[in-house]
Amino acid sequence: MEYSYYPGCSAHSTGLELGLSTEATFHHLGLKLNELPDWNCCGATSAHSLNHTLSLALPARNLALAQEAQRDLVIPCAACYNRLRSADHAMRRDPNTRAEIEAAAGMRYTGAVAIRPLLAVVAEDVGLAGLRRHVVRPLAGLKVVSYYGCLLVRPPAVVQFDNPDDPQVMPAVVRSLGAEVLPWSHATDCCGGGVSLTRADIVASLVGTLAERAREAGAQAFVSACPLCQMNLEMRQHGKHKLPSFYFTELMGLAFGLPEAEKWWTKHLIDPRPLLRSLGLVGSPAQTVAVA
Amino acid sequence: MSYGPDRILRMISLDQQQEILRSRDIWLCAGCYTCATRCPNDIDIAAVMDALRQIVVARGNPAGERDALLFHRLFLGVVQRVGRSHEAAMLGLFKVLSHVPIYKDMGSGARLFLRGKVPLLPENTRAAAEVQQIFKRSR
Repeated sequence: MEYSYYPGCSAHSTGLELGLSTEATFHHLGLKLNELPDWNCCGATSAHSLNHTLSLALPARNLALAQEAQRDLVIPCAACYNRLRSADHAMRRDPNTRAEIEAAAGMRYTGAVAIRPLLAVVAEDVGLAGLRRHVVRPLAGLKVVSYYGCLLVRPPAVVQFDNPDDPQVMPAVVRSLGAEVLPWSHATDCCGGGVSLTRADIVASLVGTLAERAREAGAQAFVSACPLCQMNLEMRQHGKHKLPSFYFTELMGLAFGLPEAEKWWTKHLIDPRPLLRSLGLVGSPAQTVAVA
Repeated sequence: MSYGPDRILRMISLDQQQEILRSRDIWLCAGCYTCATRCPNDIDIAAVMDALRQIVVARGNPAGERDALLFHRLFLGVVQRVGRSHEAAMLGLFKVLSHVPIYKDMGSGARLFLRGKVPLLPENTRAAAEVQQIFKRSR
């Protein structure tokens, strides 16, 4: 299988390990990701806060690139996914908006590209059985809560993915890797997103609540699918015992036994290696066999 | 927040423009779509918040959270010039221009830098020229 790939700015910077683990796991699964040539920033929160046309025209240019490539467009970042779906939705629904965005973005909208979150591609195209076949190091003993945040599941009419109140896809994916995914009620609560830089106090309070609830549920770590969430979970968590947070793609790489995974852990602001070591999930291949 | 989304909507019905447009609320809304998704009257509250911010900017009014507007402007300023976001430039400018004390987040910033997550140079892409045109046409 081959896909068009829109990494988004974060996967090349603050969410580096999301990009690295996405590319490594897809390569391992034999799925080809063709990065859109000369893609641009989706505009994220700032564009839709200040300029409606711009907020749809920026993602629309990337849609135009994907139209040319004629393949499903895979997006690892929840915020980028949300913005590209928003542009697609706006142009699909209303001819006037469509004309306005086409003019601003300098493109012709065909509506022919399926825009898909990375998580959906993993769950649907690889499938849970497919994932299990690739697991050489089951994540036995690892207890996590899955954390979606907002933009992957809301607004539901636009993003059309999973259940916005009680999402099921990420827990199923992570369970198929051998980890235990605990039930909790905060999977789609907001982390504060882009407010992080200007009002760190608010985000620290939201993230603090998330960590407290995750711990109450019995989790040793979060699993996330969004570089903004991951950043806030790692940067705005205070206190002595912080909960590490993984991208689900990192857990895939770990369970697949990819040697590159060791490089991802060093990118984290909250080092997940003490936890992984305590469970015997990092170390030499010899140990791996013993654990598996 | 001073009001919360429900009261902001009521204030709109009552045409309390000054109070709404001066409020911090519209800048503290993270656009999480929780209220919009659950609204029993099916009001897209997140879109309303976007519209209110856009009205403040269009009228040239001061923002209820000055740094929030500064952040958005710097973010988009960088995207306009290089076609993609570039944290080093944006964060540097924000540190100098915002009211957030300059020492705040310096530790995390340094740790991100050491992990190779804040590249010093922006990515070189041909998108930049086209993106500049999009900004021009979206005014």
